[in-house]
Amino acid sequence: MRARRLAIALTAVAALTLGACSGGADEADDTADAGATETSDGGAEGTLRVGIKFDQPGLGYQDGSDYTGFDVAVAKYVAEKLGYGADQIEWVQAPSAQRETMLQNAQVDMIFATYSITDKRKEVVGFAGPYFVAGQDLLVAADDDSISGPEDLEGKNLCSVTGSTSAQRIKDEYATGTNLLEQPGYAECVTALVAGTVDAVTTDDIILAGLAAIPANEGKVKVVGNPFSEENYGVGLPKDSEVCEDVNAAITEMIEDGSWQEALDENVGASGYVPNDELNPPTVVACA
Amino acid sequence: MDEGYLEKFLSLFDEYDVLAAFWVNIQLSLYAAVIALVIGTVLAVMRISPVPSLRWAGATYVTLLRNTPLTIIIVFCVLGLWGQLGLTLSSDFQTNFFRLAVLGLAVYHAAFVCEALRSGVNTVPVGQAEAARAIGLGFWSAARLVILPQAFRGAVAPLGNVLIALIKNSTVAAAGSVAETSGLMRTMIEFRPDVIFAIFLTFAVGYVIIVVPVGLATTSLSRRLAVAR
Repeated sequence: MRARRLAIALTAVAALTLGACSGGADEADDTADAGATETSDGGAEGTLRVGIKFDQPGLGYQDGSDYTGFDVAVAKYVAEKLGYGADQIEWVQAPSAQRETMLQNAQVDMIFATYSITDKRKEVVGFAGPYFVAGQDLLVAADDDSISGPEDLEGKNLCSVTGSTSAQRIKDEYATGTNLLEQPGYAECVTALVAGTVDAVTTDDIILAGLAAIPANEGKVKVVGNPFSEENYGVGLPKDSEVCEDVNAAITEMIEDGSWQEALDENVGASGYVPNDELNPPTVVACA
Repeated sequence: MDEGYLEKFLSLFDEYDVLAAFWVNIQLSLYAAVIALVIGTVLAVMRISPVPSLRWAGATYVTLLRNTPLTIIIVFCVLGLWGQLGLTLSSDFQTNFFRLAVLGLAVYHAAFVCEALRSGVNTVPVGQAEAARAIGLGFWSAARLVILPQAFRGAVAPLGNVLIALIKNSTVAAAGSVAETSGLMRTMIEFRPDVIFAIFLTFAVGYVIIVVPVGLATTSLSRRLAVAR
């Protein structure tokens, strides 16, 4: 008797799961249809390959088979406006050093990966946006009140990622006596910060906020909130891309209908971080 | 390739000190090679010794270190030894990381030096060891006077391969906050994506210039030193 009851229970569970699955599939189809009807050319075929970071919590993060973060949210919104449903997006990992090459070799169609617009980069790739203006800031221990800006780092230990712009700027412009620890990733830097061997971690404020917002770090670290640079995050596109104006239009729409703010709160809000409101939300720049 | 590209490429060398970065890698390799040779020789002696516990300890070291990725060892040196355990090898902040990286490179490559030497020991005929025993030498004297000298001469080529691997692996020190070639390359790519292929080529050619002479030298040495049997 017991075995039969178990079998019935299992069947019920299986049926429920199946139902839930098909429900999910319907939803995905709906969004794809909606995207298609909204674009003038009647929806897009094939897939859109979007380059994101896989290892930046709050911005672009691979969580099992899911992708989460602010960059991902903006990418999804833009893709939908271009006529690609959620199931037509192929997420590709785009590490910093490979972004230009991936666009030039057409390995990706667009990149949303904390990609600052710079003149040198504009020589080889195109940019739409900016969709966010970040600023370089510091992450310190939650109980550390001695550091309120880059000038306070004289003689202290600072961690950043190898090959990044940020740490060198502090050494060059603010505190020459800073001890610099370079690590392969920000996760290692936060480990060193929590262990107390470094006093601060530096990079763009929104990246720090993403790190501070992950449950393991909550309450242990905080973003100082005194940004001292301007990083315009753009959408990386192949040079002379035809969709640049469409991407810009989508970003503008996202900011106007409130989804932009929603995505920001959802992904990095938990750290208490508020982006620089003089510069955000940004106004997109016309494509060159 | 237009002239503008060449000019942009050359401006890289004004902006970044590529030679200094290579010099750091050469220094890392030299220090690590010497220490690895010492540790590796001790390990090799342990592994051929008649004492089972020494043989076991040597084998464990080699198996563990050889099968651990070097990046993990270097990151452990910084985040584990320095970060958690507070091990400092120098009062100067950056020198400390340099020495930790040398330590990481040395203990890793010691495992490979040990294996290279053991392959050298295998080239020594068993009769040599038996003869050494027959004239009344103990294990240590036999190893020092008869087996190891021949083993080193037989192991020059594999030792050269370990040295070449070490030179190239020294780039992993970037993971331990040492300002060397691979770290500089990442910085250059971050700021100068307009000449990205020239940057790759520069470092590739740089390593060829360093490594090829090592290969030629060890090959010719291994021929000249080989024990004629």
